[in-house]
Amino acid sequence: MSSIAQKKGFGATIWDFMTTVDHKKIAILYLISGGFFFLVGGLEAMLIRVQLATAGNDFLSAGTYNEIITMHGTTMIFLAAMPILLAFMNAIMPLQIGARDVAFPFLNSLGFWLFFFGGIFLNLSWFMGGAPDAGWTNYASLALASEGHGIDFYSLGLTISGFGTLIAGINFLVTIINMRAPGMTYMRMPLFTWTTFVASALILLAFPPLTVGLFFMVFDRMFGASFFAVEMGGNTIIWEHLFWIFGHPEVYILILPAFGIFSEIFAIFSRKRLFGYTALVFATILIGFYGFMVWAHHMFTVGLGPTANAVFALATMIIAVPTGIKIFNWLLTIWGGNISFTTPMIYAVAFIPSFVAGGVTGVMQAIAPLDYQLHDSYFIVAHFHYVIVGGVVLAILAGTHLYWPKMFGTMLSEKLGKWTFWFFFIGFHLTFFIQHFLGLMGMPRRVYTFGADQGWDLFNAISSAGAVLMAIGVIILLVNVVMTSIKNERVGNDPWGDGRTLEWAIASPPPFYNFAQTPLVRGLDTFWIEKMDGNKKGMIYAEPLGDIHMPNGSIIPFVISLGMFIASFGALYFLDGDKPWALAVLIIGLVITFGSMLVRSLKDDLGFHITKAELLEDAKGGNTDGH
Amino acid sequence: MDINQRYTPQSWPEHPETATMEGKNKFIGFWLLLAAETVTFASLFATYLALKDKGPSGMEFSAAGLFELPLVFAMTMILLTSSLTSVYAMYHMKNHNFKAMQAWLGITVLLGATFLGLEIYEFNHYVHLGFGYTNSAFSSAFYTLVGTHGAHVLFGLSWFIALMLRNAKRGLNMYNAPKFYLASLYWHFIDVVWVFIFTVVYLMGVIG
Repeated sequence: MSSIAQKKGFGATIWDFMTTVDHKKIAILYLISGGFFFLVGGLEAMLIRVQLATAGNDFLSAGTYNEIITMHGTTMIFLAAMPILLAFMNAIMPLQIGARDVAFPFLNSLGFWLFFFGGIFLNLSWFMGGAPDAGWTNYASLALASEGHGIDFYSLGLTISGFGTLIAGINFLVTIINMRAPGMTYMRMPLFTWTTFVASALILLAFPPLTVGLFFMVFDRMFGASFFAVEMGGNTIIWEHLFWIFGHPEVYILILPAFGIFSEIFAIFSRKRLFGYTALVFATILIGFYGFMVWAHHMFTVGLGPTANAVFALATMIIAVPTGIKIFNWLLTIWGGNISFTTPMIYAVAFIPSFVAGGVTGVMQAIAPLDYQLHDSYFIVAHFHYVIVGGVVLAILAGTHLYWPKMFGTMLSEKLGKWTFWFFFIGFHLTFFIQHFLGLMGMPRRVYTFGADQGWDLFNAISSAGAVLMAIGVIILLVNVVMTSIKNERVGNDPWGDGRTLEWAIASPPPFYNFAQTPLVRGLDTFWIEKMDGNKKGMIYAEPLGDIHMPNGSIIPFVISLGMFIASFGALYFLDGDKPWALAVLIIGLVITFGSMLVRSLKDDLGFHITKAELLEDAKGGNTDGH
Repeated sequence: MDINQRYTPQSWPEHPETATMEGKNKFIGFWLLLAAETVTFASLFATYLALKDKGPSGMEFSAAGLFELPLVFAMTMILLTSSLTSVYAMYHMKNHNFKAMQAWLGITVLLGATFLGLEIYEFNHYVHLGFGYTNSAFSSAFYTLVGTHGAHVLFGLSWFIALMLRNAKRGLNMYNAPKFYLASLYWHFIDVVWVFIFTVVYLMGVIG
């Protein structure tokens, strides 16, 4: 197998992506599908804002509105934000630690395809009898009463994609523990790798409770169990606990990688070492730790009692401390730096006040008595959009611009990037700032309309106008992507000129075997150290050039996931009564899944070697980017 | 790693399961998976405790009245013994004694299958008493917790059998040693979970 890529037909390219186990290609798959779901979720958001633009609007029916808010939240969290962050983790983290690939390339591919089929399954609900309509939190008391199959699509779809995320989490943890290049000690790891590490640990421990809760939901609705059915002795609060034991760490699973991306950006574009690197690392770990101790602050009004509420209120407030440490470290990184306001950098600078605003309202809600006032109002909607959009989405947009050249070998237009930023940023504040006041004025969340006499029309109209600006920003980004792809001006290793970490010491995009020789890491910001020492070769390498062992591609991950996808339809229609084929479909799906797992287990897959001669040929042509 | 390389007990490394990079990765990854499994079972245990003896008004079943210790005690002993025999298997794996390893794994599988058979018998017994899966929140929680464990036993057995058949003719090498090791690690985990089930569900259930 030659390392030099040939021109391939369309079908061959598709097959290549379906069978790939290369972390960089899987990253592209995550980015494309996450980006697609981001657009779907964005479209749902626009429909919500159109419906709420005027009082007494009948653009959407109440039932459809419930489906759209449910799918907007679910899609954005599970199918857009997380996969896009997983795209950056896949593309960048192994390069940052100088690894050949992730620890389990096969499982990496399996994780993606499980997520992908789970997401498709969930969204097929739109065309197969109605989407889930119990809100993204899917509280059991609502969900059990929901008619049709919407909730079943939710439970089964998220179960499948949750397995995928769990697999990705384990994979990243093992990669970081076992596959760091020589000299890459834990306290020399770039912040993005650190946040990937902690977020993966959170995935590992937070997703199982969600999976268990979803299984209960599946069994209750489809197989006659009664975990949540009160008349049968069940308890709906169990769902709330399981959901939030997952759901709160999930917030940190999203925001920690975002913090990582911003930490990289601040250092690169201030041309300074991160201020308080050690403090940033420990703050990350602390946030991950506390993330598991605060879930009941979502349930203050459930009636857990004053002691539980007080404990969880205090734990919640404590989280503000490590987060504050991070904010000050970033500010002091910029302070006195030689700043260049590139697109990623303006996102990063804008992120600080936006996210702090979301954090402050978070601490307000941590005060349990005040939360009784704010609960289920638009204040909550404003708060979590400030942290998720002001934190995670700004990081995703910043990361897209920052890492685009590394992933695709060409730079996004800075000019259009800034246009995107200004539309999106102004639109974001216009949309959500005013929702704080709507909440304080008494507007409840999740209502599909309101009366003209309630005095909420002007603020809602302003909010909807802001959403239009955000949409324009996203459209400009799409134009930007298309234009840069057509122009396709190739860039070198370090297109921003100030890269500090290992991923900037390799070609853009990197050859499929990553570093031909594993680099030697001599300190924090290792590439910057070599630059300052005037190292013309880029890096010092820890090994002589030799044969490289690579894993084989495989279609099995795709087939395993497809089997789960098929089995889910069987489970979904199992109890309908009039569909005798459902059981057969369920069994066929499971046979496909477990059968292909067995094939994987029995068939030896030893990978192949790239010879030294091929590597030399690659290097001679200066042709390491595979073109 | 050369799959065709032949080893003798002398050239066989002390820790074959972590002697290669793949082995090291699998070793850490599997321990992490067990952490996730632990959280899964913790969620199931918590739910079971919350729903124990809860059912529609006038439900005739309760843990104290339903469970009987003799059968469950026998099951516990059988599963614990199977954990011990899997340790013997791994002892021989580390000494590069393939035949002895296969034999002990075979005994492990037989013990595990006996356990599973007894569990099916037990479930069948309860169902005939009228304590079906849909009977109450209590029954749903009970069958889901213990049944999830049973599904793990089934998976573990299938894993052992697949490994034994696949490698029957070619013996131990660096490629399959980690696989045997992880399957036995999984078996221990199943055993530990059962100890908790025995304590929390059956012992604490009978006490009332």
